[in-house]
Amino acid sequence: MTTASETVAPAKAGVHAEQIWAWLAEISDPEIPVISIVDLGIVRDVQMAADGACTVTITPTYSGCPAMQVIADAITNALQAHGLQDVRLQNQLSPAWTTDWMSEEGKAKLKGYGIAPPAQQVIDISGLHAGAAVSRRAQPRLTVACPNCGSTRTEITSQFGSTPCKALYKCLDCREPFDYFKCH
Amino acid sequence: MQTKVNYLLRLGDNALILSQQLCQLCGKGPALEEDMALTNVALDLLGQTRLWYEYAGELEGAGRDEDKLAYHRDAHDFKNCLLLEQPNGNYADTMVRQFFFDAWHYFLIVGLTRSSDVRISAIAEKSLKEVTYHLRRSGDLIVRLGDGTDVSHAKTQAAVNDLWMYSGEVFAYDAVDEAMVAEGVAPAAADLRAQWLAHVAEIFAEATLTMPPADAWMQSGGKQGRHSEHLGYILAEMQFLQRAYPGATW
Repeated sequence: MTTASETVAPAKAGVHAEQIWAWLAEISDPEIPVISIVDLGIVRDVQMAADGACTVTITPTYSGCPAMQVIADAITNALQAHGLQDVRLQNQLSPAWTTDWMSEEGKAKLKGYGIAPPAQQVIDISGLHAGAAVSRRAQPRLTVACPNCGSTRTEITSQFGSTPCKALYKCLDCREPFDYFKCH
Repeated sequence: MQTKVNYLLRLGDNALILSQQLCQLCGKGPALEEDMALTNVALDLLGQTRLWYEYAGELEGAGRDEDKLAYHRDAHDFKNCLLLEQPNGNYADTMVRQFFFDAWHYFLIVGLTRSSDVRISAIAEKSLKEVTYHLRRSGDLIVRLGDGTDVSHAKTQAAVNDLWMYSGEVFAYDAVDEAMVAEGVAPAAADLRAQWLAHVAEIFAEATLTMPPADAWMQSGGKQGRHSEHLGYILAEMQFLQRAYPGATW
């Protein structure tokens, strides 16, 4: 309801991209609400055209991630609520999203939420081509710290968890089961 | 252009049919972890299907989007390999089918990351980490089943023997595949087959499974739209809603 005392000025052409980034940083990931879509590395680029059109480039985490449509709608709704009329979304596949793009702040928030963050930098894609990536003998031995007690005496119980981006672990010290955000 | 559309439909159809088969196990997996894994793999494959169909539909330019391609084609229009439409059977059957597919899919996707078509290489780059994870998981399961109990070993060996004749179709290139190789779009069959055989041999050795002869007679026809009776049942379930209520949307 607009009243005479309405003080929020509608944003129009001239809004800086930094402002858009700040607004986007307020949008939560629908699956893991403590982390924003900017922390997660889903937003790749923001462009403001002279005519006021705003183009946001996003990249999917996993090809089949059902959250992507929800995220795209959330971006459009949020920016329109801030007064941007012309919001365009662009989907970018390459370079493929990697957990390396997750911010340190995002990793800390994940841990606070009870999800162990990715335990290492993802190896260069070209390293996967050697075949070592799929050999059972060359499987990476990860040290995943328990987000509850910090112990590194943990073991995997399932290679997939509640979403494609997570695996299930359990802590051998505090005995808590927990989600681990896979290196990807 | 039609050749590339056909090639993209084959990629999408393989992923979609396997995804649909795995979805049938949702809530019925032999263990909770397996149930989650199968459905997550199905989800990855469905996402990849959408990317292939979206591109195929754009290239074709006939107004067919991903939903039309998935729900409004009959069995003879599907170009998936026969391996993917084989029944889920017991868990050894499901995992051997998955392992044969994952091993081919991984080496194919690696090859497609170097495709001369930038859209295809981008989709392959997006999919590579997913299919790598799938192959690690199914290879691990094959070792656990093959080198497990007498019963699991026997069932896994039986599944290998039954499904082996469906493992060669992906390497049997026809004019569509060869045209894609010539354009630098797709990797050559001989390279993929050598990599696939070496990987399967490595995993089977560890799984104490006997590998059937590489030169055994192989089934074919799926890529050209000649399918087994199984595909019709899969499509009947998958396409029911759009057949009963054409154009229904959320």
